[in-house]
This record gives sequence, structure tokens and C-alpha cells, in this order.
Amino acid sequence: MLYFVGLGLYDEKDISLKGVEALKKADEIYAEFYTARLFGTSISCIEKMLGVNIKILSRAEVEEEAIPLKNAEIKDVAFLSAGDTLTATTHSDMLIEARKRRIPVTVIHGSSILSAAPGIAGLQAYKFGKVTTVPFPEENYFPHSPYLAIKANMELKLHTLVLLDIRAHEGRYMTANDGLKYLLKVGEEREDDVISKDTLAVVIARAGSQTPVVRADRIGKLIEEDFGGPLHCLMIPSDLHFIEAEALVVLGGAPEEILEDDL
Amino acid sequence: MIEKIKDLMYQPEYIRNIGIVAHIDHGKTTLSDNLLAGAGMISEELAGDQRFLDFDEQEQARGITIDAANVSMVHKFKDHEYLINLIDTPGHVDFGGDVTRAMRAVDGAVVVVCAVEGIMPQTETVLRQALKENVRPVLFINKVDRLINELKLGGDELQQRFFKIIANANKLIRSMAPEQFKEEWPVKVEDGSVAFGSAYHNWAINVPLMQKTGINFKDIYEYCKNDKQDELAKKAPLNDVLLGMVVEHLPSPKVSQKYRVPNIWSGDIDTVEGQGMVHTDPNSPLAVMVTNVSIDKHAGEIATGRVYGGTIEKGTEIYFVGSMGKARIQQVGIYMGPERINTDQVPAGNIVAITGAKNAVAGETVTSYGTKISPFESIEHISEPVVTVAVEAKNTKDLPKLIEVLRQVGKEDPTVRVEINEETGEHLISGMGELHLEIIAYRINEKGVEIETSEPIVVYRETVTTKAGPVEGKSPNKHNKFYVEIEPLDKTVFDAIQKGDIKEGKVKGKSQASTFTEYGLPKDEAKKVWDVYKRSLFINMTRGIQYLDEIKELLIEGFESALDDGPIAREKVMGLKVSLKDAKIHEDAVHRGPAQVLPAIRKAVYGGIMMAKPTLLEPIQKVFINVPQDYMGAATREIQNRRGQIVDMSQEGDMAIVESTVPVAEMFGFAGDIRSAAEGRCLWSTENAGFERLPNELQRKIIKEIRARKGLSPEPYGPDHYLS
Repeated sequence: MLYFVGLGLYDEKDISLKGVEALKKADEIYAEFYTARLFGTSISCIEKMLGVNIKILSRAEVEEEAIPLKNAEIKDVAFLSAGDTLTATTHSDMLIEARKRRIPVTVIHGSSILSAAPGIAGLQAYKFGKVTTVPFPEENYFPHSPYLAIKANMELKLHTLVLLDIRAHEGRYMTANDGLKYLLKVGEEREDDVISKDTLAVVIARAGSQTPVVRADRIGKLIEEDFGGPLHCLMIPSDLHFIEAEALVVLGGAPEEILEDDL
Repeated sequence: MIEKIKDLMYQPEYIRNIGIVAHIDHGKTTLSDNLLAGAGMISEELAGDQRFLDFDEQEQARGITIDAANVSMVHKFKDHEYLINLIDTPGHVDFGGDVTRAMRAVDGAVVVVCAVEGIMPQTETVLRQALKENVRPVLFINKVDRLINELKLGGDELQQRFFKIIANANKLIRSMAPEQFKEEWPVKVEDGSVAFGSAYHNWAINVPLMQKTGINFKDIYEYCKNDKQDELAKKAPLNDVLLGMVVEHLPSPKVSQKYRVPNIWSGDIDTVEGQGMVHTDPNSPLAVMVTNVSIDKHAGEIATGRVYGGTIEKGTEIYFVGSMGKARIQQVGIYMGPERINTDQVPAGNIVAITGAKNAVAGETVTSYGTKISPFESIEHISEPVVTVAVEAKNTKDLPKLIEVLRQVGKEDPTVRVEINEETGEHLISGMGELHLEIIAYRINEKGVEIETSEPIVVYRETVTTKAGPVEGKSPNKHNKFYVEIEPLDKTVFDAIQKGDIKEGKVKGKSQASTFTEYGLPKDEAKKVWDVYKRSLFINMTRGIQYLDEIKELLIEGFESALDDGPIAREKVMGLKVSLKDAKIHEDAVHRGPAQVLPAIRKAVYGGIMMAKPTLLEPIQKVFINVPQDYMGAATREIQNRRGQIVDMSQEGDMAIVESTVPVAEMFGFAGDIRSAAEGRCLWSTENAGFERLPNELQRKIIKEIRARKGLSPEPYGPDHYLS
């Protein structure tokens, strides 16, 4: 049996009771934190809380050596990841492969940034388009596609959830500030006005914790602010429903002028 | 004299920048020394024996020239004084890179040909290198006395011999000269662009001088025969005749920069800097092409280069166009052999020595800081390294210093490839041949680091013999797939890249497409070439794939890195046509970054290679041997014992000339063996001749050896390893 277990958003208490049961049953527990990480806790906390042993796997061990799959063929294996287990990450390939190998699978969901971020900012989940991620720029790699995804969503009057790159093995987590700078730079290179310092954006920091940040404002202003520790993400709203506008003002401190443009 | 030089530097019509080029042992350095003696720079008695320009201890000990050395002198011709900047270049094949670089600095070349041996393969190579750089040649037929005294040729036969050499030289010049000079540049006996003589005995003569003095071939015969060459030297002094020929027939910078600059500079000729160079203007923006870098114990890095535009001045800040670095010049000057004479300023049209040009490398374009100019075309090396040695420091305390010294060596001689491995401490140096590497090792020791070198190792290449694919390469997260087809690159295209007619590098814009079609690439492919690398093409045959543009650079990077390090034995790969036929790409940018795309394309290329009947290629050298008839059998046996093939055999008097091809792997120790086989009575030379397929019966053995040496599993992985 292979249990896919979502750990939820922030700390060791975000796991569901079903998830806890699965961990207690499993012969082997593996976790990956290269796609996301729980900042409110450590792996040893979870181990202590549940009295289990957890092995953390690298990307190569999961993707190339397929350690969880191989072991699941002979025993009960739980595979942990932050957030919801099959959403923002690319574990769907493992699910398919498990089914092909006739390994029984149980999926135990956790809360995900995909629903949490719109939720705590008061934006309506129905009105979101493509999700996109801003990568750390590298030599030979400065893609414009996150910007283009926002542009495409805007044209359809849809909001965009913008995730920010995580390099857990290097200890790098992109801040909202760097994500916004990236988007502004693409805007400059492309010379269109989809995103500029005047564009309204929402910053979410540490969703799921006791001290989440929800900040809505013009990008020029947000870029100067400090949102504290990771993880951060962004939303670029398109046209706002009046309730959404009110939410951004009340919950996120957005300038009141946005109320005048609502629908 | 320094004052005169400083004065003449500003009058480009009275400057001649020349190189002396020749096959090894045809007498370049003797000629240069005697020219210097004539200019009063070394004593006449010592010239010839002194090898003034061979100032490296190794050079004097081995009796060959290793580095191109420079010297400036003043020569009076028809009432005017001329500044002659002379570069002596090495003739040994192992040092071919120096010749190419020297040609970038000069406008004209004196091609020295030994009268006894005639045009030799390396004469042809150096002449080709000169003409490729639009450098105009004149001819000096040397060692004429030996024709008379050793080969006992008479006056008529002498003339015949000369005409044959001249005809051969002109055949080469006509075929390789730039289009507009094919009629003008061939050398002519009548106008004096050919001279005959003996550099050793210090005389030279050409037809105009024969007419003026009344000396004819019969007289020359008598002078030589009767041991009166010193009399001849008084009537026809070498330095007068040669430098006269240089002044009269070789172009000044003022003339040559007009046609050379458009050929060697990538920028727009109509710009201020372009016009400045075309007109050799000392007041235009600075444009210097660095042709050589050496490290001086006291002064540090010394860059030698040709000033094409503007004036370079001491104390100013310069900017390196390629590396985007800057440096402050401590001194500028000109060369007088091993000495540098500082002059504070060096204007356009001259060859300059720059002290304090920190981090300069040969091929770099230099301008003043704050100025923007396009770079010079890179200097193309015709030959590439075929032999490698591993180098280790004898004392562990020298480890850090060794790395520094290796970097210096790589900078001083761009034909040397240095691979530094700080983890194992075993560094690799690759060069043009066994001798080249011996010299490099000696130089490292000279710089105060004691080293141990491994036995020389041959550098192999990997390629494919058939077509395979499309094969599928997956990214580690399995969300990106690339479909690649691999086949051997057509020979015409391959040769065009090898010759430099098709330039290596990423393809920019559409203008290159017609060049590809010219060499037979189908039109639909020609338009879609992304990259030319290691004599291989990477072609994007896909259409309308979203996001492909964003990962194009990564795909090219992955393709190149796969070719750097092939799947058979981690040797370099060459001669492939790699077509990207299809691609499946993940929607989100973080899931198709370098960590995903690079391994995916590499796997596709490796898997494709392993399916396309891969094979190892080995480097081949042409070997020319000149022996007395009696030893011909022994010499050919020496070749045949080394898996060599005899290409041609001919006779000149009682000498036999054997032309052959031999794998480099079998050439180690050849020098000693041929010497004893011919009892010391032979001359031989080699020339690198590309790569050929390693015989089947050796493939497995060599692959195993290389893999064992590199610490790899004994057998290469099959295609499944990369494609599953």
C-alpha cells in the first residue's frame, strides 16, 4: 500500500487524523521537502509527536530512483509532502506509476495554498485562471511565461495565483519582493503595461500559521515592505467583485480607491 | 635608433609589419638573426649561431623556435627610412597556433623555402594561414649554396629548381589569396618579389639586382663552388635585398588596413571606429587586437597586439570588449627581441607590447575605457590538441601555485587546453603533440613548480555511423520530453565547419541559412539550425511549440555539454546532426528549469548516440620523411610498424621522400626510433590530419582503457540507460 499524505500548510498539527493513522500503520515513511516545506515545525517534531521514523528523500531519490514506489511493492509506505499531496507538486506521475504497478494507493489530502491564499484574502476561488510560478533566474533561464500567464488570465478577467520558487536544498525561498521585481523586469523587457508599479497585487506570507500576512496594494508600494519569513506567494487580481474589493481593503489594507472601480 | 623608431611610428606609409614563416629547419631564425645583424643589433660574427630571437633556453637548446618573437628595426630604402616590425614564427607543427596569431599582427610575410627540400607541407600550412588573414607573401629561396655544393647542380638546373618552387608557391597563392588579389599577389621573378640566397652565408639576390650588378646564375655558381660566398655577401647583402623586397612589395598598414579590417573586424566599417581603422588614424577610437600574452617575472602580464585604430598610451584605462573587464596600462612599448623599449605611446599601424594588461587573453579586443567598439573576429586555429598529459605537483605544498601556473600557461599559449581538477589534484594539459607538451612541462618547472607528468595520452573523439531516433529524453520529473534524431553530419558541411567556412557558435538571425544551403543542407533544415558546435549541428525541426523559446538556450547548453563529454568514453563528440523533432513541455516555469531541461536533452542525445552505432575516432598525423635512398626501407618499416600507411614516395637526387599517415597513438617515441633506423640521416616532419575511425579490433580495448583511466565502469551504458 502507498499512502500519499498531505501535511498541510504550516506546522505538525496541520496533518489530518486520517494522515496520522496512516503514518502509524506504515512500515516506511518517506517525505520530500524540495517542492515545499513546513516552516512552523521540523521533521523531528512530527516524529516525536507520532512516535515514528521519517526518511527525507532528495529529488533524485524520488524522481529517478523511485524509492517510495519500489518499497511500496513489498510493504506499506507513506509518502509525505507539504500542502495537499497531489496539487501544486508534480507527484501525479508517481500516482500513475503506482497504479500501473498495481500498488494499492490511498490519498489523504491536506490543506493547500491553492485554496488557502484566495480564501484568507477574500478573493473568490471561482475567478482564478492558470496558476504560475516565478523561478529563480539563472544563466540562460529568465522565462517570461509567468508574466504571460498573468496576461492571459487578465484578458479573460481572471485572477492569478503566483507561486514563488523554492530551492530547499540551497535554503533559498523566493520572497514576495523578489517575485514582484521579477515580474516588473519582465514588464520592462516586454514593454507592455500588463504589470507595472501601479498594478494591484496581493502578498500572502506564512499562510496557515498564527501570524499570516495578507497585504494588498500597488506593486510599487509592496516592493518596499518586509513580509517576514517564508513562505510567500502572490496574487495578481483582475477585475474585482465588490465583495472582493472590500475584502482587500479590510483584510489587506488596500487603498480605498479600489472600491470605486468595483463591479 | 629609438628616436627614429618613435618618429616613424607615426608615419604608417613608412611602416612594414612582417612575419617570417617557413617549414621547420628551412632557416627562418637564421634569416631573422642576419637581418638583425645587418641592422646593427647583434654582431655579425655571432648571427646565425646566436639565434638571437630564440631567447628561450629551450629554444636555444633544441635549435628550434617555439614562441613567436618580435623585433623592430629601421631600414633605409631609396632615400627614406622605414620602420620594420618583424615577427619570427615557429615552424614545428606542434606550435602552429603561434603562427596563426602572429599573422593577425602583420600585413606581409616572407615565406622562406629551402631550395633543397622545396615547398613542404608546413610551407603550405603557414602560407594558408597567412593568406586566410589577408597577409601578402614574398618568397625567399634559401640554402641555394647547398644545391651547388651538395647536390652539385649546375647553373641551368639551378634555375629550373627555382622555377619549380616559384610555380608551386604561386599555385598555392592563387588558390588561397583573397578574390581581389588573385592576380596581383603571386610572386614574380621579374619584379623582384622572389629572392634567392643563403641566410647562413648572409647573401641574397633577386632579378632586379642581378640586372643592376650584372651577376648571373653562372657567377653565383662560381662564388659558391669556390668558397667565396663572403664576397657575394658584400655585393648582394642579405639584409639589404630582403628588407628592400619587404619595403617594395609588402604593403604598409596604410594600404593593408583598408582591405584587412573588413575581413578581420566584425563591426560596421562606416562607423567612426571603422573608418579610423581603415585609414590607420591615430586620433580615432582605440582598437587593439591582442595576439599574444606572456608572463614576465618582473613586469607581470605582457600583452602583444596590433594597434589598428587610435593610439594606446601608458597610464590610461583600457577595456576588454570580450570579457568586459578593464585594466590600467602601466607601460606601452615595442620589442627589440627579449627587450621591451618603452615609448609612452604607440599609434595605429604598429605592434605594441602592453604591460599591465591584467587578464588579457590572445584574441581579445582592447579599446579605451568608456568607448564601445565591436570585437575583432576570433583567430581561428587550424589545428587542435590531440595529446594530453596529466600533471601533478611533486610537493603537496606547491598545489595552489601549480593551479596558478597552469592558468598562466593556458593564457600564454591558447593552443594549450588546461583542465584543472581541484578535487583530485590531477590536472590535464592538452597540446598539439608530444614535443609541445614536453616544452609546456619544462616551462611549468621553470616557473618554480616541480611537477610529474604522466605518459602522454591520445585524445579521441566519439561519433555515430548511422541514423537513429527519434528517441525520447525525459526530464527527472518526467513532465518534459524531448524527441531527438541523430545521424552523421554530411561530409561537405563537416569540412566547411572544419575549414572555418561555416563558423561555429549559436546561429543568430537568418543570414546564415544561405551558407548552410550552399554546403548542401536542405532548405527547411538550413533555416532552423540553432547551434554549430564541435563540428556538429543542432537543428530545431519542431513547429509552434509553446514555451520552446524560453528553454531554447537551455536546450543548446545541454546539447553542447553532451558533446563535451560523450557517452562512449567521455571523450568529445563530433560530426553529428542532431534534430529536435518534437518536445513536450510543462506548463509551469519552475518545472522546466535547468535542473529538468539539461538532463533531459543530454539523455536524449546520449541515448540517440548509443543507438546510432557509435564509434571512436583517433587523431592521425601526416608524416613526411626525407632519407637517403639506402635507408628508405628502414624508414617505411618504421611507418608500417606503427599502423601507418604510405601515401606517396618520390625521389630527389639520391634522397627519397616518404609521405605517410600514422595514428598519433603510435607516434610516441618516433623521434628516437627513426633516428636509429636511418642512423641519424633523415629529416622528418609531421602535420595533424584530423580524426579517423579507430580500427574495429581496437575499439573495445581502447574504450576499456579510457574508461578505466577515468574511473568509469568498464563498458559504456546502452541506450536504455538514458531513454527509460
